[in-house]
Amino acid sequence: MSVFDGLRFRKVHSPIHNLDPRIKFVYVIAIFVVAIIFYQIIPLLILFLMQIPFVLLARVQRQWLRSLRGAAFLATFIFVVNVATTFFTSGYHFTAPNVENAAAMTLRFVVLIESFSVFFLTTSPDHLGLALEESRVPYEFAFAFTTAVRFVPVLAEEAQTIMDAQKARGLELEKGGLLKRIRNYVPVLIPLIVSAIRRSLELAEAMESRAWGATKKRTNLYALKLHKGDYALVAITVGILIAAVYIRLYVPIPTIASLL
Amino acid sequence: MIEAQDIRYSYANKVEALKGASLTIKDGEFVAIMGQNGAGKSTLVKHFNGLLKPSQGKVLVDGVETTKSSVAALSRNVGFVFQNPDHQLFSETVEEEIAFALKNFGFKPEVIKERVTWALNLMSLTQYRKTSPFLLSGGERKRVALASVLAWDPSTLILDEPTIGQDHEQKDKLRQFIMQMQTQNKTVVTVTHDVEFVAECNPRVVLMKEGRIVADGVGKEILTDPALLEMSSIVLPQIAQVFMKLAPLGFPKDVIDIYEAKAAILKAKESIRLK
Repeated sequence: MSVFDGLRFRKVHSPIHNLDPRIKFVYVIAIFVVAIIFYQIIPLLILFLMQIPFVLLARVQRQWLRSLRGAAFLATFIFVVNVATTFFTSGYHFTAPNVENAAAMTLRFVVLIESFSVFFLTTSPDHLGLALEESRVPYEFAFAFTTAVRFVPVLAEEAQTIMDAQKARGLELEKGGLLKRIRNYVPVLIPLIVSAIRRSLELAEAMESRAWGATKKRTNLYALKLHKGDYALVAITVGILIAAVYIRLYVPIPTIASLL
Repeated sequence: MIEAQDIRYSYANKVEALKGASLTIKDGEFVAIMGQNGAGKSTLVKHFNGLLKPSQGKVLVDGVETTKSSVAALSRNVGFVFQNPDHQLFSETVEEEIAFALKNFGFKPEVIKERVTWALNLMSLTQYRKTSPFLLSGGERKRVALASVLAWDPSTLILDEPTIGQDHEQKDKLRQFIMQMQTQNKTVVTVTHDVEFVAECNPRVVLMKEGRIVADGVGKEILTDPALLEMSSIVLPQIAQVFMKLAPLGFPKDVIDIYEAKAAILKAKESIRLK
């Protein structure tokens, strides 16, 4: 569950937490796009390092590191697969550029994870819902989304209880071959799904008994407003995008192998 | 026998749920663990079948340290029935649900059949043998969960909040069932808030507060000690409350049982008539 930990919001006050979620989301998407348009290791490394001031400013470094650790397995997998495929397709030998390329692909994945992690760590589910609503997303969808986000930790806790209950009935999750291990999870998944469905029905009843959807036009207690910091982030985002596109088109990017 | 020696336990979020708890439960004992929410009751009993391992201290089950054994191996002797049956029911029929643990423990097919029939009968579920557990009522699902643990006949039974959502008749059956386990020299440990249920059973009572054991003794003594109970946010059983108020008239203070109460009242009536 460590990957989830890295995405779980904690209420702290920091310049990053107070930013408008819409602008933050645009920033994350911009980073996403820049990570996709480059395939060389040096720009990706710069992109990776650029997030660190944000993390420090938001004071979420510990949770952020935990989410990176949670992504480590998948990152290793990506690296190994990349190295292996180039190894087999290039006539069975390792070359420095190939390994560097694999490292770049891995770094691209890490950059995506880290920027999303910063976003979710510093944006409360309520803010997120508000942002969706103000971006003209129908309230029903915005509500469904924030509810889903809010119930992730609840479900994780419930999964733990179910695993305990089944272990107490002699279930050994780590026993057997790969297929058997997957099948071992059936007694955990079925109660989890059944109780999630049951909970959603109960939630629907509770919401209806509290007059959910009674007024067609809702107003919000808090309204999102752009502040100085938000404009600064807009400027940073636009700057990054322009610089990235310019570099991508006109600047030759050296590889580390060629520099050495 | 279960021995907890000065155990401490902290959850991943750094909350220390147990701050040095020691407890010895002998074979054949019936123990009720009580205390307010967050006192560490569930955390403590989860150590008895190895679901949790102490961060400090030792837990010995029949002389074996729980850190040196697996949950599956410990569960063979220590059955744990969770509070919410929906956290464990997943099979297509009640029969398969009960057979699940027996298969995990490697019982032979003919033994499994025998045990399932026995457990169904014990919990009066025979008519639901081929029914899906999801179609049963809350109380029935709870009984299926209980039957699915009883089926392998563990020597110790841990019940987490067994009376929640049960009507009076089912509670009475549960009490009779626990008494029956007692005659077979089985250990029963229950975590509960149901003070009236505990008063009726009069077991050994262990009171917990903030991760520590604050009182341990006969039910009749603990449940009639207002200061102790107030400290653990538990109210006195109703009979004890009545007798507490009657104490100035010369009634005994330590009454939690209906029959004892009746006897005390009749005795008082008799003495008034004699005057």
